[in-house]
Amino acid sequence: MLEFILERYNYWAIIILMMIGLYITFQAGNMIKRLVGLSIFQTSVFLFYITLGKLAGGSAPILYGKDYPKDYAAKGEGYEKAPGAVRNAYPEPREEGFIDPLLPPGSGGEHLYEAYSNPLPHVLILTAIVVGVATLSVGLALVVRIREAYGTIENDEIREADLETARSDAEKEAA
Amino acid sequence: MPFDVASMLPDIWVTNLPAIIVVMPLIIAPIIAALPNWRVSWTLSLITLVISFISALALLNEVETFGRVSYALGGFAPPLGIEFAVDGLNAPILLLVTVMSILALIFALPTIIKDIREEKRSLFFTAYLMCVAGLIGVAITGDAFNLFVFLEISSLSTYVLVALGATKDRRALPAAFNYLVMGTIGATFYVIGVGFLFAATGTLNMADMATRIPELSDTRTIQAGFAFIVVGLGLKAAIYPLHQWLPPAYAYAPSFVTVFLSATATKVAFYALARVLFSVFNPELDFQQVLFTWVLAPLAGIAAIVCSFQAVFQTDLRRMLAYSSVAQVGYMLLGLSIGTAAGLSAGMFHLVNHALLKGALFMAVAGVALSIGTTQLSAFAGVARRAPWTMTAMAIAALSLVGIPLTAGFLSKFALLEAALERDWWWAAAVLAISSALAVLYVGRILETAFFKAPGPAQTQVREAPLTLLVPLWILALANIYFGLDASFITGLTDNAAGVAFPGAQP
Repeated sequence: MLEFILERYNYWAIIILMMIGLYITFQAGNMIKRLVGLSIFQTSVFLFYITLGKLAGGSAPILYGKDYPKDYAAKGEGYEKAPGAVRNAYPEPREEGFIDPLLPPGSGGEHLYEAYSNPLPHVLILTAIVVGVATLSVGLALVVRIREAYGTIENDEIREADLETARSDAEKEAA
Repeated sequence: MPFDVASMLPDIWVTNLPAIIVVMPLIIAPIIAALPNWRVSWTLSLITLVISFISALALLNEVETFGRVSYALGGFAPPLGIEFAVDGLNAPILLLVTVMSILALIFALPTIIKDIREEKRSLFFTAYLMCVAGLIGVAITGDAFNLFVFLEISSLSTYVLVALGATKDRRALPAAFNYLVMGTIGATFYVIGVGFLFAATGTLNMADMATRIPELSDTRTIQAGFAFIVVGLGLKAAIYPLHQWLPPAYAYAPSFVTVFLSATATKVAFYALARVLFSVFNPELDFQQVLFTWVLAPLAGIAAIVCSFQAVFQTDLRRMLAYSSVAQVGYMLLGLSIGTAAGLSAGMFHLVNHALLKGALFMAVAGVALSIGTTQLSAFAGVARRAPWTMTAMAIAALSLVGIPLTAGFLSKFALLEAALERDWWWAAAVLAISSALAVLYVGRILETAFFKAPGPAQTQVREAPLTLLVPLWILALANIYFGLDASFITGLTDNAAGVAFPGAQP
């Protein structure tokens, strides 16, 4: 049981962050605090995606070593410089110097020799971060305008002011 | 389709149709922000939206000829590249969004002078075009993550549009803020769900996902992802009880924004939900049957009754219509949760009808509010005598909302009823009856006030709405009557849509 929990420590961190974020968003009366909560909530999702892409022992998704034979291509500089043992350990240098890791072997692609993390979640989260920043800035701009219009950014006080407006409207109509 | 639009367009347009329909408004949006005169911005926006509308028509042609149109963005072939895919399910939504955006824009001309300060108007149209582009993007994309991006493009501009109502009423600001918080939570839930699906299937392309999900459907990852996505999109579509953001946002936004949002925003989110339920997942999966029978169907019934009930007691017309919108979302959801081809077709049919009639209702309310300055129900006493054209159109749309025979609303409610009875859902028939009776009550309150009450001194200043408002209003009102007599155009489209979701079944 303990192992089960500890093995998934990254998910526990994400869950805790997510719950903290959601709780602040719903509980806080101050609008800035609600935005802070929202940001924490979103950030936990970013982390979730990034842990999805991680492969145990995988490096950053940039081709290197055996997968990047350009360095070791017959005429390339790297091949010349490499010590003999390394030269022998590597497969025949590829002419093209570029492999398409997206295609499965057999249909034009080649096996990768090294392990890499999945780069796709990172790219997705880059987009999501931009969206998050945009949301936060629109939210903050709204809070500024709310403060100008109401003189407060507390939820309760704004609700009370709105009720007051509604009441005076109703009285005006009755009169 | 009576005539073939695609054959009349230049080749380069036809080959890039799915891109043009989204990209045109996205490119034009920043340009019009820089224009000094807002009337020029308005004209340019109109031209852009007409181009999108023609593209939507042409896409409909293409879908009828080829079945499914797939467009590889940037030349990267799906499933690795982002795909824009149009089929029977989203072609009608594209048409609906583009038509409603044009009508709303024409309607904007008279109302915006009253609602928005002059220096803001060009920027206002920028936000509007972004919103339209986002909604079209949601409807057209075949990539699960891309859908999130477009969803947020449209939502962010919607928050801005709603907040602009603060020129008239400061309550628009908290409404927009709450909408922002709720909307962001909804979108983030959707992203979490997509993350789970990505973890399990290793793909983001919806069509590709659909082929991999059946064998994985027993895993908890898929089921958790499914739950997150349904909740996230349900928030955006204002499914009861996730609708709390909607009434204030509709009530305090500029009238033009309310017209546009009520006719498109929740509809597109609803389409996205249908796409996930029927096209990515499969209605025959066990957990989906559970969701339909024990979650969505009861919520739909509660929404239809409770929100209609709430609408009866509203004193503000726009708020009343907003609650009625939530109730109508319940109807559509009911159709969807029946889980048969006939049910989905009826739900989509009602979706289109509701866009037509609710757009007309909000337009008519705004038309009277132009001269009277308020949307309180009591201020509408006897206005029909001073503004007969506006209020007659409103009456037609209102009767369609109730579901009087010879209006479009009747046919779609009837289709819903038939689909429910096919599955022996007698309680659904009862729900429809009760909800319609409540609709008679609140619509009756509006019509009684407008037509039969004596106008007070305040109502003498009421004038007929200007022609630029009457034209889109009457187009919608007449559409309600036309489709009430002959709905074969819409039902043809929605049956096609159901055919996509249930290949093999003949609705």
